[in-house]
Amino acid sequence: MTIKEEESAVAPSIFLPRMGRIVAAKMLTEKEKFFRVVLGDGKPLGHKPGQFVEVSLFGIGEAPISICSSPTQVDSFEMCVRAVGSVTNAMHRLEAGATLGLRGPYGNGFDMDAMKGSDMLFVAGGLGMAPARGVIKYCLDRRNDFGKVTILYGAKNPKELLFTDDLAEWAARPDCEFHVTVDRPDDTWKGNRGVITTLFKLVKINPSNTHTVIIGPPVMYKYAILEALSAGVPENRILCSLERRMKCGVGRCGHCQIGNVYVCKEGPVFSYAQIKRLREGI
Amino acid sequence: MLPKIISKKNFKGFVEALLAENNVVAPVKKDGKYAFSEVESFDEIALTYDTTILSPRKYFFPQEETLVKFKMGEGEPKAESVVEAKPRVILGIHPCDIAATWLLDVVFSQNPADPNYLEKRKRAILIGYNCGQPCDQYAFCKDMGTHKAESGFDLMLTDLGDRYFVEIGSPEGEALLSAGDFEDADADDLKALQKFNDEKETRFVKRIPYDTKFLPEILEASHDSLVWEAIGRKCFSCGACNLTCPTCYCFNIKDEVTANLMEGARKRCWDSCQLKDFAAVAGGENFRKDRSARLRHRFFRKGKWIMERYGKLGCVGCGRCDRSCLAKINSVEVYTQLAGDRRK
Repeated sequence: MTIKEEESAVAPSIFLPRMGRIVAAKMLTEKEKFFRVVLGDGKPLGHKPGQFVEVSLFGIGEAPISICSSPTQVDSFEMCVRAVGSVTNAMHRLEAGATLGLRGPYGNGFDMDAMKGSDMLFVAGGLGMAPARGVIKYCLDRRNDFGKVTILYGAKNPKELLFTDDLAEWAARPDCEFHVTVDRPDDTWKGNRGVITTLFKLVKINPSNTHTVIIGPPVMYKYAILEALSAGVPENRILCSLERRMKCGVGRCGHCQIGNVYVCKEGPVFSYAQIKRLREGI
Repeated sequence: MLPKIISKKNFKGFVEALLAENNVVAPVKKDGKYAFSEVESFDEIALTYDTTILSPRKYFFPQEETLVKFKMGEGEPKAESVVEAKPRVILGIHPCDIAATWLLDVVFSQNPADPNYLEKRKRAILIGYNCGQPCDQYAFCKDMGTHKAESGFDLMLTDLGDRYFVEIGSPEGEALLSAGDFEDADADDLKALQKFNDEKETRFVKRIPYDTKFLPEILEASHDSLVWEAIGRKCFSCGACNLTCPTCYCFNIKDEVTANLMEGARKRCWDSCQLKDFAAVAGGENFRKDRSARLRHRFFRKGKWIMERYGKLGCVGCGRCDRSCLAKINSVEVYTQLAGDRRK
C-alpha cells in the first residue's frame, strides 16, 4: 500500500524572489545610497506609497527596504539604503547594471484615496525621509487631489540631508511649503537649528482638514505626535510608519510583531488611534 | 466512515505493509526519552510512549528547509523555487499534537498560503494514538481541551487490550485500510471504547484553577504585572521552550553558499522570540530587550493573540516548554499566579 503522490503541480515557494536591475545608483550621503530599479519583466512594481520590498542578494540574504518613489513613476521604483547590516552593506557595493532579487511590495502602505482633498503635513526625520518621499511625490504629482502640502524635515547635520535636489525643488515650488532643520549645524548652515518639533511653530495647521504623516527614528514619534495632537489634529489622521525587522513580509516569521499586530502586513502605516493601543509600538 | 477493529497480531502486519512501501515515522526510544523518527521495522516503534522531545511539527516545518536555490557565479544570478515534500505516514501521534498540527495548518494555509509547509502536510498521513493517561506531571492538555481528538487525524487508534479500535477521520485514512486485516467494529467494541474514554477522563485532571477560555482576559489584565519580571529573572533566554513547542512557527531566513561561492540556498530555520535580538531592528533599537518582555510576549501569543487571530489557543498543554525549561519556569504556575484569587 503506497500513498498516492499528488499529481497536481506544486505551487512555487512564496519566498522565490523576482529579479530587478539597478538602472541608476548614487551615494546621497556618506551612509545612504540611492537606487533606481526596473523589474526584469519591465512591469511597474505596482506599489502604494509607504510599502516596502524584501531585497535579496543571493548568498547574503534579504532585507526589508522601503520604497522611496511614488507609484506615479511607473517605469521604475527607487530605494534609499543606509549601510547598517550585511545585505545593505553589500547593496552599497552595487552599481547600475547589477541584478537583485525582490519580493513584494509588502505592507499596507498609505491609503491615498482616503486622504484626497485633505491638507497634508509631512514630518520626516533622518532616514524617515525615504518612505516619506514616496508619499510626498505622490501628492505633488497629483497636486489637485490635495489641499495645502507642508513638509517638515529634520536631520542630524547638513551632510546627512537626503534628496537635496528634491528638497531644493520643494523649497522653490509655490504650491508647497517646506522647512528643514538640523540638530548640529556646521559653519556653512544658515537655516533652522534644533530638533524637528521646533519647525511646528513655523506652520499653520487646519486641524479639521489635515492628515499628518510622521516618519522618523523611534525617539521622534512621541514628540512629533504630541505636536500634531496639540495642534488639534484628530488621532486617526496622524499617520506613522513604524520600523521593524520584517524577515518574511507575509505576517508569519514573528520578527516584526508588536502585540498581536504584524507590522509587515497590518502596517507599517498606523494611525495614532491604533498606535496608542499598541504596547511596545513607539 | 464506520469505525474498524484490528487485532494486535494483524496490526503488526498492517504496519509492516505500510513500512514496505512508505516512509513511516513513529515514536522510538532515544536516550531514555522518546522521539519521532523514521522507522524501518515494527519492533523499533514504541507506541505506548509518554511524550516525545519534539512534536511531529518537524516534518511539516523542519528545523531547516530550503526555500530557494540560487546560482551566483558568472553572469546573471539565477534563483529557483524549492518545495521539498515527500509522502510520509506519521504513526502514533497524540491528540495534543494533532491539535497543534491543526493550528499550524490554519496558520500556513491563509493569506498567503505557504506551499513549503502545505505540500509536506498534504502528503502526510496522520495515524493518531489515543493516550490513556497523562504523559507526566507537566501535561496540562485537559485544561486546553486537547487530551482527546475528534478530528484532525486520518486514523485514530485506541488500545483495547487485544485489539485496536480504529476511527477513520478522512478518505485518505480509509484508503489505508486495504493494507491490513480490519473488521467492522461491533457494539461490544464501541462499549469498550466508551469505557476506555470514560476511564481516561478520570485519569486526566485539570491543573489550571479556572477555565482556559478566560486566559485572554486574564492575560490582558496582567500585562503590567510584576510576575513577568519575576519569571524574567529566572529565564536564561535559551529558547528551549520555543524549540520544543508544537505550535511555535516563528522563523528566520538565511542564505548558505557552497565553498566555491558559485551557488547556494536560502533556508528557513526555527527561531525563538526568547532570544535577545529577535525584535531588534536595523537602526539599533530593540523593542523587547528585557527577558520579562520576551517571556510575556510568548505567553501572550500562546494564551491570547493566536486565539484572537485564529480562534484557538496557541497552547495545547503538552507541557514540552516546561519540561525542557532549564530555569523551571512552569506555565501552569504562571497562569495560576496571574489569576490570583480568581477561581472559576
